[in-house]
Amino acid sequence: MIISVASGKGGTGKTTVATNMASALGRGVRLLDCDVEEPNAHLFLNPVLGQAEEVTTFIPEIDDELCTGCKKCAEICRFRALAVVAGKVLVFPELCHSCGGCMEVCEEGAVLDGNRILGTVESGSAGNVLFSHGRLRVGEAMSPPLIEKVRSINENNGITIIDAPPGTSCPVIAAIKGADFVLMVTEPTPFGLHDLKLGVEAVKTLGIPCGLVINRSDIGDDGVREYAAKEDIPVLLEIPFDRKIAEAYSVGKLIIEVRPEWADKFRDLYNRIEILARC
Amino acid sequence: MKVAVTAKGVQLSDEVDPRFGRAPYILIVDTETMKFDAIDNNDNVNAFKGAGIQAATMISEKGAEVLLTGYCGPNAFKTVDAAGIKVVSDVTGTVEEAVAAFLAGPVEYSTGANAEGHW
Ligand code: SF4
Ligand code: SF4
Repeated sequence: MIISVASGKGGTGKTTVATNMASALGRGVRLLDCDVEEPNAHLFLNPVLGQAEEVTTFIPEIDDELCTGCKKCAEICRFRALAVVAGKVLVFPELCHSCGGCMEVCEEGAVLDGNRILGTVESGSAGNVLFSHGRLRVGEAMSPPLIEKVRSINENNGITIIDAPPGTSCPVIAAIKGADFVLMVTEPTPFGLHDLKLGVEAVKTLGIPCGLVINRSDIGDDGVREYAAKEDIPVLLEIPFDRKIAEAYSVGKLIIEVRPEWADKFRDLYNRIEILARC
Repeated sequence: MKVAVTAKGVQLSDEVDPRFGRAPYILIVDTETMKFDAIDNNDNVNAFKGAGIQAATMISEKGAEVLLTGYCGPNAFKTVDAAGIKVVSDVTGTVEEAVAAFLAGPVEYSTGANAEGHW
């Protein structure tokens, strides 16, 4: 069972939901923090982490001595990451998608493996919860391969909870595709609704069942609930604004630490997801 | 000398298009004879990324030594720079006027990109 916890924008409480659910389920659950640009689940779970493993990706490095300037590499590159000018190959790393096509097509052996570092992956455990997260190298733009690497860590008791990056672009898709269920976290405000709609569109394109958690559910308006009803998206949990919860968050504590009665609600949330994902 | 000018049309009397990678046409003008060759850049206009790189490669292949345009993004600049093409940015008016102003001088060449990506 793979559950991706996502939200159309940051700051909706996505990490809160993912970490509390993981912690409430405990034993053998694996939490994967795939918000690799700003991983913060560890701040709430305080895992003991092992050594950071570097994740690299292919990027062409051109051997100017061997290169004849034939342009075959630039012609095959769908992403226009290569240009040949004045007989020399220019590489645009931020456009490269590491497909390896250029290396394949070069008859001179002039395309070498430049091995760019995307970021690091760290794993460990937080009590009963198995934990892994990725951290994108500062200045790196290509997060999907790193997210895929984090997702490949799948040793668990059968339940994986993914803290997806906010938004609706490629990194989010990398963090939700192949999941059994996507849990969208939103706030009941017009902004929340706007971003939720975009998120739901993305999830629908992938054909994954989804449900909703409404955070700070007693502020704002009914727009989100009306939208959910219209689109047939079940509202699985509402978390009202609670000063104690907000304070806990600000010092990196879980809801279930300061309000133990919430542990049951998060387990219940999981049970409902399991039922929805199976049917 | 051959000068590349980004343009909205295929005539010397057409306006300079400020965008480099996404200008619909690029005119390669021979400054001695004022004869020119209009490159259709429309394939590039809708490119998601890398339009500037592509346009830069094209004008380099056409033998341009100078580029007159409005804005030049970082990737495009890197490419024209590698091709040894000098860039004059913030150019306005018609292609003819732009070339005349360039020939009359004084010319200030750009030392870097003057736009974010996606131009
Ligand atoms: S295919 Fe190889 S030889 Fe040809 S331009 Fe590219 S790197 Fe150079
Ligand atoms: S690896 Fe693929 S995307 Fe990257 S430069 Fe080579 S052909 Fe282009």
